[in-house]
Amino acid sequence: MNEIGDLNSSTSDRTLSLAARLLKGLCLDGPLLIGLLLVCGLGSVVLYSAGGQNMDLIVRQGTRLALAMGGMLVIAQVPPNFLRMWSPWLFAAGTTLLVLVLVGGDIGKGAQRWLDLGLFRFQPSELMKLGVPMMAAWFLHRRRLPPKLTELLVLAVIIFAPTLLIAKQPDLGTALLLSSSGVFVVLLAGLQLRYIFVLGGLTLGGLPLLWHFMHDYQRQRVLTFLNPETDPLGAGYHIIQSKIAIGSGGVFGQGWLNGSQAQLEFLPESSTDFIFAVLGEEFGLMGQLLLILMYMFLVARGLYIASHGQDTFSRLLAGSIALTFFVYFFVNMGMVTGLLPVVGVPLPLVSYGGTSMVTLMAGFGILMSIQSHRKLLPQ
Amino acid sequence: MIENITLKDHWREQRTFVGRIFAGAIIGLVLIGVVVARLVNLQVTNYEHFNALSKGNRIRIEPLPATRGLIYDRNGQIIAQNMPAYQLELTQEGVQNVDETLARLVSMDLLQSSELNRLSGLIRSRRKFEPVTLIYQMSDQEVARFAVMRQEFPGVDIRARLIRQYPYGSIASHVVGYVGSMNEADLKRSDPSAYAGTSYSGKLGIERAQERLLLGKVGYQQNLVDAQGRTLQHIPQQSPLAGEDLISTLDINLQQVAYDALGARRGAVVAIDPRNGDVLVLASTPAFDPNKFAKGLSRSEYNALQSDPGKPLFNRALRGQYPPGSTVKPLIALAGLQQLKESPLKKNFCPGYFILPDSSHQYRDWKKEGHGQMDMTDAIAESCDVYFYGLAMDLGIDQIHDFLVQFGLGAVTGIDIPGEKPGLVPSREWKKSAFERRQDQSWYPGETVITGIGQGYMLATPLQMAEATAAIAARGKRFRPRLVAGTRDSASGEISELAPEELPPVQLSDPGYWVVIGKAMEEVNHGPRGTGRASAAGAAYRYAGKSGTAQVFSVAQDEEYEAEDIPEHLRHHALFVAYAPAQNPEIALAVIVEHGGGGSAAAAPIARKVLDAYMLSHRQ
Repeated sequence: MNEIGDLNSSTSDRTLSLAARLLKGLCLDGPLLIGLLLVCGLGSVVLYSAGGQNMDLIVRQGTRLALAMGGMLVIAQVPPNFLRMWSPWLFAAGTTLLVLVLVGGDIGKGAQRWLDLGLFRFQPSELMKLGVPMMAAWFLHRRRLPPKLTELLVLAVIIFAPTLLIAKQPDLGTALLLSSSGVFVVLLAGLQLRYIFVLGGLTLGGLPLLWHFMHDYQRQRVLTFLNPETDPLGAGYHIIQSKIAIGSGGVFGQGWLNGSQAQLEFLPESSTDFIFAVLGEEFGLMGQLLLILMYMFLVARGLYIASHGQDTFSRLLAGSIALTFFVYFFVNMGMVTGLLPVVGVPLPLVSYGGTSMVTLMAGFGILMSIQSHRKLLPQ
Repeated sequence: MIENITLKDHWREQRTFVGRIFAGAIIGLVLIGVVVARLVNLQVTNYEHFNALSKGNRIRIEPLPATRGLIYDRNGQIIAQNMPAYQLELTQEGVQNVDETLARLVSMDLLQSSELNRLSGLIRSRRKFEPVTLIYQMSDQEVARFAVMRQEFPGVDIRARLIRQYPYGSIASHVVGYVGSMNEADLKRSDPSAYAGTSYSGKLGIERAQERLLLGKVGYQQNLVDAQGRTLQHIPQQSPLAGEDLISTLDINLQQVAYDALGARRGAVVAIDPRNGDVLVLASTPAFDPNKFAKGLSRSEYNALQSDPGKPLFNRALRGQYPPGSTVKPLIALAGLQQLKESPLKKNFCPGYFILPDSSHQYRDWKKEGHGQMDMTDAIAESCDVYFYGLAMDLGIDQIHDFLVQFGLGAVTGIDIPGEKPGLVPSREWKKSAFERRQDQSWYPGETVITGIGQGYMLATPLQMAEATAAIAARGKRFRPRLVAGTRDSASGEISELAPEELPPVQLSDPGYWVVIGKAMEEVNHGPRGTGRASAAGAAYRYAGKSGTAQVFSVAQDEEYEAEDIPEHLRHHALFVAYAPAQNPEIALAVIVEHGGGGSAAAAPIARKVLDAYMLSHRQ
């Protein structure tokens, strides 16, 4: 009996160490991988309900997820040094593509975002979600930190030139994510507090300018956010219905596949941007807290990896990726709960849709690469 | 050198970095705390409220469409109004299977199978809770047929709605326009929430151009509905704001006279008040019944209209471009007076043909034996071609072009309905850019000769001819032609008038030139040999005019043009422009009858009928 018990414990030990070795061999980070799988799992459960119990939808989302995970696996193998050397090229290619999209891109949903590459359509702004922080981190890598004023000007161009190109498409959500990913690099590089205050003041002062550049439908969204009841037939409808869905979920929710707002299609865009409301309606406060905890765990792990990064580029890039991921879900939750205007940011890894998932997973691949290649680097 | 080498202090940078990461984490926790607090607020504190909204009763927002503004003519006659009608509407969220439901409606003979694609596309482009109109006007039989089967069609219902109605039918169809059901392209172009509860929009003429004013503002109410979707209680939220009523410049009775006078022929009549640019008549025949569009036209009915050889959907008054023929002669004469200081009394001999120096080609006069000695007044009154061949040569094409464009020819007039064509006033420069081959690009003297009688490349719309005639009548004063004179607030009845828009006037060095041309145009109708005298006989007032005959097909040098021998579609277009009364004119018009033959025979009598109607009965 004893022998059998020993045998059992030693096999489980061996399985564990085998898994650890496998992860190490594949340059993957265990905690991140587990967190990602948990989020995607919960996401699929919610998506099945939000998409009208359509199995096709889940299969398609799962295929994308598998592809994105494959991408993550590949990127995790690339040492951070290589990523750094390729940063300027990635940035240059992304900027060129953005200009091309603006000149001759496909028009989808009234906005020019896509570039038709024959085989598939491709959104260059997604590329830049990684291209911008990589370029900014590359720029700061060999310089003495915190950055000087002239260097800040260069960084401003690196960050805001693509942001403006994307805002012009118009895609406010992506522009927001893109600029924050770049700004995080600069803040993490130790930008002095006095600059932070000055830039913060300038940003507030620049808001009227931003208003000037916004399209009518974007302005409408902001106005509607300030007072949703003014337009109950148009954009305000989203917010009203989404608040009803979340509120009616209570603490424990109405149960899976039982949310009346989502199931009876009162809630618009329930499987894409507003899927967080479905989670709230069917799984209540508990379900939403669970998702938030998973997300926060991913962010925390990302920040941990960043703070253990062994060179400036790795640290800055990892920190920016982790914090941008936070902005991602925070903005989505804010808009679905009526705290922020509806800017069209999906709930990461949960909302139905492919392009953003590839970029997100690539970002996590970079984090894993930074973590797994740590000891190979000279101190 | 040494100061420039700045060493990276890795240890310090790392410390700063970790500090920043820590600060970021704290800020993130605070922000996510706000989200969690919001969730607690929605799901715990206000749970009862939202649960009540969601569970037992649900709120459904129903749009209340605004009443479309009416259109009046200048005398207060209604030319577009709203009438109650029974409509069949489908609300997508109440229907299990849209295509199957539509198919069953087809089998009940309520819909036609040719409409299925359009309808299912339209339904899918709307929000699930918004009703889509399937039938715009149901007959009593259709209402009865559906009513007995009603319980088998959840989500489909009969509603009493207002539909657009045009009491005068086809007589003003091109200018007033019509409303028709919106297609997906229309919806994409406009704000969908402005059209909630409405499924039609203005498609042509005033209905299209003034869509924004006529539409009004949609209202809404919140309906409490139970789990089956039955309405329990209406909570009025915002009443719809009716669209504004428009006061058109049209005189619908005069329009009727013009339409009747054109009869079965293809043509157009445009009448303008030269004192302010008000368009009194804008008729085009054949026309179509706009009421059919408002009720919903089937595809086959629409195709029949499209393929009709008379092109009833084509607005000839605005989009028909014709050679102006001899109606351009008063303008050429004015150009001669102004540019060459030509004496109006100078006589030229007309032998019946005109020959350019060093050429044997004969440019023939319409009168084979010639007019003999002609001064300018005679040449206009009798429409002598040879006189104007010579005058055009003296002026040269560029001077002719520069003078004619001052009257608005060759460019859109800017009338307040869409679709206008610009016509064409040729010049050397135009010919260079219009033709690709080098040998086609140079301007030949012969082309100047025929421009003198409004032939060749020159083209004008009936609207432009009326506008130019109005400018002669007003002695150079010009206004942008308009169809909307003002709006009337449907609630208060308050009328706000729009000021007429003055255009740059035509200025002549001697205002007496206007008098010369005015007299000559009067001679056309009242002179002993005037081309319009037959149709002006017995008029109780004096009016000025000019006939024109535009060649559609050219007669060989030695052939005779005999209308009877030529198939109708090759016969000449008949034209007549006029204004009345000769002193202090109040109405200027242009008439065209396609393939009608001679202008004085076919078009002048129509002009007389319209002027009689205006001068004898309408003018108070």
